[in-house]
Formats: sequence, C-alpha cells, structure tokens
Amino acid sequence: MRDPNRLKEIAREIRLDIVEMLYRAGSGHVGGSLSATDALVALFFGHMHLEPGNACYPDRDYFVLSKGHAAPALYAILARLDFFPREELLTLRQFGSNLQGHPDSKCTPGVEVPTGSLGQGLSVANGLALALKLKNGRQRVYALLGDGEIQEGQIWEAAMTASHYSLDNLTAILDRNRLQIDGRTKEVMSVEPLAAKWEAFGWHTTQVDGHSIPDVLDALQACGSVKGSPSIIIAHTTKGKGVSIFEDQVKFHGVTPSTEEYHQAVKELQSV
Amino acid sequence: MGSLPETVPFPAKESTRVESGKVLAELGEEHPEIVVLDADLSGSTQTARFAKVFQDRFFNVGIAEQDMMGTAAGLALGGMVPFASTFAIFATGRAWEQIRQTIAYGNLNVKIVASHGGITVGEDGGSHQAIEDLALMRVLPNMAVMVPADGPETRAMVRWAVTYEGPVYIRTSRIPFPVIHDNGYAFELGRGHILREGDDVTLVGLGLMVHQCLAAADLLAKQGNSARVLNISCLKPLDWELLVVSARRTGCLVTAEEHVATGGLGSAVSEVLSEMCPTPLRRVGIRDTFGLSGKPDDLLKHFGLTPEDIARAAKAVIPRKTRP
Repeated sequence: MRDPNRLKEIAREIRLDIVEMLYRAGSGHVGGSLSATDALVALFFGHMHLEPGNACYPDRDYFVLSKGHAAPALYAILARLDFFPREELLTLRQFGSNLQGHPDSKCTPGVEVPTGSLGQGLSVANGLALALKLKNGRQRVYALLGDGEIQEGQIWEAAMTASHYSLDNLTAILDRNRLQIDGRTKEVMSVEPLAAKWEAFGWHTTQVDGHSIPDVLDALQACGSVKGSPSIIIAHTTKGKGVSIFEDQVKFHGVTPSTEEYHQAVKELQSV
Repeated sequence: MGSLPETVPFPAKESTRVESGKVLAELGEEHPEIVVLDADLSGSTQTARFAKVFQDRFFNVGIAEQDMMGTAAGLALGGMVPFASTFAIFATGRAWEQIRQTIAYGNLNVKIVASHGGITVGEDGGSHQAIEDLALMRVLPNMAVMVPADGPETRAMVRWAVTYEGPVYIRTSRIPFPVIHDNGYAFELGRGHILREGDDVTLVGLGLMVHQCLAAADLLAKQGNSARVLNISCLKPLDWELLVVSARRTGCLVTAEEHVATGGLGSAVSEVLSEMCPTPLRRVGIRDTFGLSGKPDDLLKHFGLTPEDIARAAKAVIPRKTRP
C-alpha cells in the first residue's frame, strides 16, 4: 500500500488509539509515540514485508523498537495488523495485560525483542541482519532509534559494527524530535552534528521530514538499494505531533493527558 | 559412588578455557547454526580456534562487550546459536544490563562462555579477576549458570549447551588444573555429582575448587575424617535434592568457590538448606575484598582457597553438628 492519503488516514487513527490507550492507562509516553507515528505507519503499512494476522510469518522483515517507550505506537500498529485483538489495546500497562509498559516479546505477538532500556536495540538489529546474511535471507531489518537514546555509548558501538560488517540489509530510522525527559537535547546533551556523525561512522545517511509519509516512503525505498553499508533515515519530527497542546512540550514525554486534555486531543484528531 | 578410588589420581591437567575453545571448533562442523562472537580477546578466550576454521561464522565486535551481547541476541532471534566470549568480568560486569534486558528477559538462546573467572587469572590483577560473576548471573531469571570442574566436563557442557534452548552462562578458567572426570562424562542440567563418599562432612565445590575439595578430603582422611565431595558444576538450576540428602547424611557442609563468599555457591547452598534442612555450614570463598596480582598458587593461598583451608573449615564445622 503506497497511497499516501490512505496512510495518512491510518496515521490519524493510530494517533487516536495512542491517545486513548495512554489516557486509559494513566501512564506512558505520549510525546515520543506521536512523533514516531508517521514514520512507523509509512514503514509498517507502506514498506515492510509482513503478513497481517501472522506475526510469525517466516519471510517477514524484522523491526526493533530501540526507543521502547514508544510502545503504544507499536502496539496500535501491531493490533491493526491483526497480530492480536484490537480490544487488548485498552489493557495497556494493566496487570495481566499482554501489552507491557515497554515491549516484551514474550507477551506481545509482533514484538521481536524486549526493549525499553535505551541504547540496546541497534545491536540486536545488527545481529538479526547478520543472521539474515548468513542464511541468504532477502528480508530486511528496521530499527527505530530516539534522538536522546543515541547518547548511550552502545549505539555507537553498534554503529561501528553495522558499518564494519557492511549490513546493507539494515535501515535505522532516527526520530529526531529534539526533546528528552529533562529538556531539549541541545541543552541536556547535544547530539549534533547528527548527520555528520552517522556519515563518519560509515552509514548511508538521509534526512527527511518525519511527518511526510511520501518522503519517508521514498527514503525507505532508496535505502533498500544501498549496497555495502547500513542506512539511517534521520526523521525530523515534532514531539507530540498531531495534538497542539502536546506538540514540542517537554512535559508530554512521559505524562499522560488529563481528562480535559484528552477530550481536546480526541477532538483535534477527529477533526483533521 | 563406591567405584571411585579413595585417592583420585590426577593424571593430567587441562584448562577449561582451552577445552571450551577446542570443542567449539569441533562442534562448528556438525552444527552450522553455531556462530561465535568475541570482543577482541579471541586468543585468550580461545574462540580463535573456531574463527580460524569458520571465518564467516565468527564475529569480532572489537572492544565492545555491550554491543556483543546485543548482537548475539539478534543472531539468536535470527535462528543461529550464538556463543559470546570475553573475560568473565567484562561479560558479566560491563554487559550485565544487556544480558539482563535482552538475553535473560527475552529468554533468548545465547550462550555466554566467559573465560578468566576467579583470582587464578593471576598477574593481571584485581581489575581482570571476576569474583562476582556467578552472583551477577545467578540472580537472572531464565539464565542457567555453570562452572566446569575440568576439561571433560567443559567439553560435555559446551556440547550440551548447543542443543539446549535458552540462555546459558559458562565460566571457564585461565590456568590448567587436574582432570577428574573421564571422557565419557555427560553433563545434565541441574544435576550435581558425588565424587567421593564420606560421612563426617560434605565438601561442595565448583570449578577448580572441586579438585581442591578432593585434595581436602585426602587431608581429612589422614586426620580421621571422611568427607563426601560434591561437584555442583551447575549452580542454577541447583541440585537441591542432592544438597539436602548430603546435609542429612553428613550433618554439616563446607562450600568452596573461587568467588566472593557472598552471592555464589555458598549463598545458593545456604539458601536451600536454611529453608529445607538447616545444617551447620562454612563458606570458603573470598571475603569482601578484590583480587590481586600474583601467581595463581600464591593467590589461592592468600585468599584462603587451598585444600588446607577447606580441611580447616571442615574441622571447624564438624563439632557444630547437631545430627550424626
């Protein structure tokens, strides 16, 4: 499916799911889920090779949510792929739920590996990419990183490994929303020059508007034909995208909306 | 085991580190799913033996243990059977959270074979001597934790690990030490072994402390005490039945480990017995301090890990028995 208007509509519905889930759960990460939504929708519904209804489809592409706190966005997408019943979305973070606060592969169909402790997912994606190369698999591996997350040293260890082993079957997307828990990344711990860093580590590096689904799709497509090096798409995004009161607000990293804010968010998302 | 001689002859010495490297290189042929990772220590950990034969299935990640554990996890998810090796201190210390969050939490099929466990690392000193690794691994759900007592047990353990589905931690040692099993030895998860029968005290060891326990049993025999000797090479899951039966039979125990005396074998045995069969026990281990540079034998003496130390602990605990 590459119809951008259809994908845009899916992204709107996913955002509604995210707001609903987090409001019901009473805790969780709204800002980073909403910032990543468009790129994830482009990836899952417009690009990745998957079989809806069958999370264990053997020829599937792999996805690692390295910024595990964006779990609500991933869960909403996986439910829409019929990997589990959509009703379960409203059990997020509750006792006995298959939807843990951060992704747990033992609980949730479609979650490949547990994440949540930042900085670790890219290494796992590398391992998957190496395994696919050993088996001559044609699938690709995708990973979503946060811009605060790349302050973890392990990311750069993994960046070297991916480049050293020429993992051209790996595409990372970096959700560059410019905020982290304690404030703006440039104030907490500057990560610039971002593109130059990844280029220096040997990655094919592109930058896109992370809320333009057609641009993300084009970038994903282009990364697929890169030979000899891993690719990264720096997706410039707005934290909390889609709900005016959440947008670019540090507060909404890990705070869920009040009842009033929830109603406003739903109203805005429904009127798009 | 009545068939065992009173005094076990030590015909040969082997290094569990070298044997793990050799057997892995052998297994590579029959198991194309095996891949090996190392973090720039392949000569020391002996994974270079595998690397030499199976270049395309060997991944050196450089000096990056955290990345190595994550990469191993990904390879396991991709259907391979990864063996990740480095020194025990870096595997379990530097990369503990990666092991916890991804490998153990995800219950992934990663085998960590960590060399240079304990103070017998020797001259490199305290920074390189893992004396906390068993504690760090033992607290992790899903993780099986083991220390082979000699070369044959190392080979059996690594062979077993290939076909076992789930995370495994195997600690090996730098120095060669006596062979006590024959080559037919088969490893079983969660099973301890009686190496010597005796009634006055049970000596419980793992790794190279097993042969120290056997030597301690010889010393005790000369002093008129008979000691049952157990090899608890599998620290988790623990053979609690054998420990309880042994505690009931001998009425007191000594545990011996090349590890801090907290969190490892002594703790594990104490936990089981205090709940199931409270029994006087002494722990031989390193007491709340770090390692040092020196010759392995000098360090074993300094840290109180010799047969004499074990025998002394036995002599101290035997009078505390409340049962025969």
